[in-house]
Amino acid sequence: MSEVKFSKEHEWITLEGDVATIGITKHATEMLGDIVFAELPEKGSNVEKDGTAGVVESTKAASDVYTPVSGEVVDTNQAIVDDPSKINEDPEGSAWFFKLKMKDQSEMDSLMNKEEYDKFAKESAS
Amino acid sequence: MEIKKTSLNKLHQSNNAKFVEFAGYEMPIQYSKGIIEEHKFTRSNSGIFDVSHMGQLFIYGDESLTEELEKIFPLDLKNLKQNCSKYSFLMNEDAGIYDDLIITKIEEGYLIILNAACKDKDFEILSNLLGSKFKMNLDNNRSLIAIQGPKSVEILNSVINGVDQLNFMTGNWFDSDSQKLFVTRSGYTGEDGFEISISNDKVEKFVENLIQKGAQLIGLGARDTLRLEAGLCLYGHELDINKTPVEANLRWAISKSRLSNGGFIGSKKIMNQIQDGASQIRVGIKPEGRLIAREKTKIFNDTDKQIGEITSGTFGPSVNGPIAMGYVDKEFSKVDTKILLEVRGKKHPANVCALPFYKKNYVKGVN
Repeated sequence: MSEVKFSKEHEWITLEGDVATIGITKHATEMLGDIVFAELPEKGSNVEKDGTAGVVESTKAASDVYTPVSGEVVDTNQAIVDDPSKINEDPEGSAWFFKLKMKDQSEMDSLMNKEEYDKFAKESAS
Repeated sequence: MEIKKTSLNKLHQSNNAKFVEFAGYEMPIQYSKGIIEEHKFTRSNSGIFDVSHMGQLFIYGDESLTEELEKIFPLDLKNLKQNCSKYSFLMNEDAGIYDDLIITKIEEGYLIILNAACKDKDFEILSNLLGSKFKMNLDNNRSLIAIQGPKSVEILNSVINGVDQLNFMTGNWFDSDSQKLFVTRSGYTGEDGFEISISNDKVEKFVENLIQKGAQLIGLGARDTLRLEAGLCLYGHELDINKTPVEANLRWAISKSRLSNGGFIGSKKIMNQIQDGASQIRVGIKPEGRLIAREKTKIFNDTDKQIGEITSGTFGPSVNGPIAMGYVDKEFSKVDTKILLEVRGKKHPANVCALPFYKKNYVKGVN
């Protein structure tokens, strides 16, 4: 599996073969607070880089989830729809959002590595 | 304008509060445990809320003040016993609501608790209506603390002996730590609890003492989910100048004896609406599934006609599901009516339901 990459919209992404797994970062869940609702893209649908690909809602507000790369949705994580609190518990592990079959793997190149993202998150929070 | 801070601001900070601006004040939306934990702690134990941003208006006077206030409020104040509280409204001639409030008859006159965002305007309106005959004091030297939840009576009674003898919606002055506190058994969470009016210089120590005895600070986020589960209105959401108490389904708060003769501001409109019915009414709404319908969500019937709008909507931690309140056309206000909520461009099924979403019994008849 590839190195974990991060987007400015606070998504994380890993790549295995040509299938990317995408979720939201721990930092994002801390900003959002208790997550009580999750909506995921439909399996078989195509999503475009930086387009919306889902929604999460905390007790306070709704936020769009963006996809950092383009591709066809090949799997979604029903467990986080059934129990959205799992997203707060393990955002960068078992609470992934969806898997995409990527078309253009070079889209990964512009994303941040962990060190860059941590710095970005720290700066955007202050 | 510079943001205002309550006397507990430092204590909020040291308890890792996340702050938001609310009605010109820097207020804690939540602490480190988060809204759901704070909500559940209040329902099972005892939560402390800093509501010092709310207005504490003391109006001093005798029977002549009661007479003047009856010309303003839809209450039977003549027959209200000393130290008893009533929920009421300040209205305009069209029965539009300037503010909702709690008024308590005290020995010296009346104490009225006002919403933070409305208090200065309320003071101006009441000053104009009452003239200079009565001394009025919107007291900025006092803080207001709510303690809510089943363990609150035990915790507060260990600090202020005798509060356990208060019935719900009554209050009294108490002496504690060589100061006079005004305590009412009341609150806005659907739980048993108290509100304590205390001088600003004593409040931090007082709250630290309550924390030491097991109560925890709770932010405005959980206060909102708690009041919504309890089916209670929030000014600026369910209530505003374009809504009347009849439309807001708060007719119970208008004293029966005042409905026959009127004589309070807005009485004509209210009597007409009671006779003819209001065209829109506030209802409880339960979306099916887990979908949350926020404020301003449009409500439709099954033939695509808009029939109303959501005024508050969130996830109810004790209900363990989404809950909302809103206004719908009268013919759709019956419990179990199927409605549709438009969220992110799609219509989702929901049901009109009875309020509150969550119910506990308030304490009556302790003395």
